[in-house]
Amino acid sequence: MSKILMKEKSIVVPGEELAEGMDYLPGMGSFREGDKIFSSKLGLGLLDNKLIKVIPLTGTYMPRTDDQVIGRVSDISFGGWFVNLGGPYDANLSIREASEFIERGADLTTFYNFGDIIMAKVSKVIRNSIIDLSMKGPGLRKLKDGKIIEVTPSKVPRIIGKQGSMISLIKEKTNCKIFVGQNGLIWIKGEKVEDEVLATNAILKVDEESHNEGLTDRIKEFLKKGGKK
Amino acid sequence: MSYTKRFDGRKFDEMRKTEAKIGVIKRADGSAMFKIGDTIAIAAVYGPRKLHPRFLQNPSKGILRCNYDMASFSVPDRKRPGPSRRSSEISLVTAKSLSPVLDLSKHPNAVIDLFIEITQANAGTRCAGITAASMALAHAGITMKDLVSSISVGKVSDKVVVDLDKEEEDHEEGATDIPIAYSPRTKDFTLLQLDGNVSKKELKEALEMSKKGCEEIYKLQVKTLKDHFKGEGK
Repeated sequence: MSKILMKEKSIVVPGEELAEGMDYLPGMGSFREGDKIFSSKLGLGLLDNKLIKVIPLTGTYMPRTDDQVIGRVSDISFGGWFVNLGGPYDANLSIREASEFIERGADLTTFYNFGDIIMAKVSKVIRNSIIDLSMKGPGLRKLKDGKIIEVTPSKVPRIIGKQGSMISLIKEKTNCKIFVGQNGLIWIKGEKVEDEVLATNAILKVDEESHNEGLTDRIKEFLKKGGKK
Repeated sequence: MSYTKRFDGRKFDEMRKTEAKIGVIKRADGSAMFKIGDTIAIAAVYGPRKLHPRFLQNPSKGILRCNYDMASFSVPDRKRPGPSRRSSEISLVTAKSLSPVLDLSKHPNAVIDLFIEITQANAGTRCAGITAASMALAHAGITMKDLVSSISVGKVSDKVVVDLDKEEEDHEEGATDIPIAYSPRTKDFTLLQLDGNVSKKELKEALEMSKKGCEEIYKLQVKTLKDHFKGEGK
């Protein structure tokens, strides 16, 4: 007889027993030992049909195919660039995958130089550690000017909100251009410095208070008051 | 003469007061504080991140690098700052007591840096450090099969007791200190050190006592972690 031991959307800790019996399957963030399923992460326990998942609440960025990310060029080689995404492994961006055509033997620094910020898509991940990027696609380009802030990667869905509600609210109220990378890097560019500061503070507030109820209303209030507490 | 009443009035199987907190260091990926009596340990986890020097990298799995240190003001006689023979040993046993529950296969060539700082010491510092470290690792989102709880047991004069303080460790008729780390899910010991004399029967009694203490600490660890993220997912 199989039974589920966790409550849906409850917080689970590593080693906590989630289910008993062979009717359930361990998904991401969980593992099976004997006929029991345990959590291996600190996160939210979810039941998707027969699949048990734990969505981590913290941790460094784990790249997944088709993620849109923002990275910093950390090194250049003959075949392309190395891009730091904030995690332990630098991603590869080959010249063929750059957003523009590059002639053979061209000086790669004229396209993307050290320290440049680029927006790219994860095209392939091998064993969590070999990451290939692509810049072919709409909106994928080098990001000029503006500023970069860092947030916890697991909070990115909160910053975007349901169907982008949160981020469009901030964009609208602050008049800033904002790009959110799945890896927790956010690019902000506004007309005025004050706008950028307000957008930054609003995003950091979401990051900090994401677990509170009525977050959207609070951010609305925060932006209305112009960032004053 | 035998040890009939503990110096601070506790029962023989009673721990000192415990307290725990998560997220005490803002810049770290995961951090925790654990306090037992007058002993306070702070643990911070950074990573997984790139490992340098490169010759230490392991392409098949990540490594855990632990650094235990005591603040110079943590003890009555000033401790000379910097690494010592004692702190290197404790760093090593801490890493070894935590590695059975960690799954680092997803982080090849990377390192998880763990720093344990003792800001106030009154015996049982390595156990407080391990307890704090396991919470900090969970907070940093590292894949773990279990948490680790740790407590010291021992013999003071002729009595087996749990959670010795400094006064008891320095008992004039001799004391034995046995630091224990315990994985509550599998009920395995991941650390067992022994300093002093103890008979087989007394050791068994001490180990049973430590299990009870660790289960109590485990409950506090789980509660602290869950309370910190209360409201998430609603």
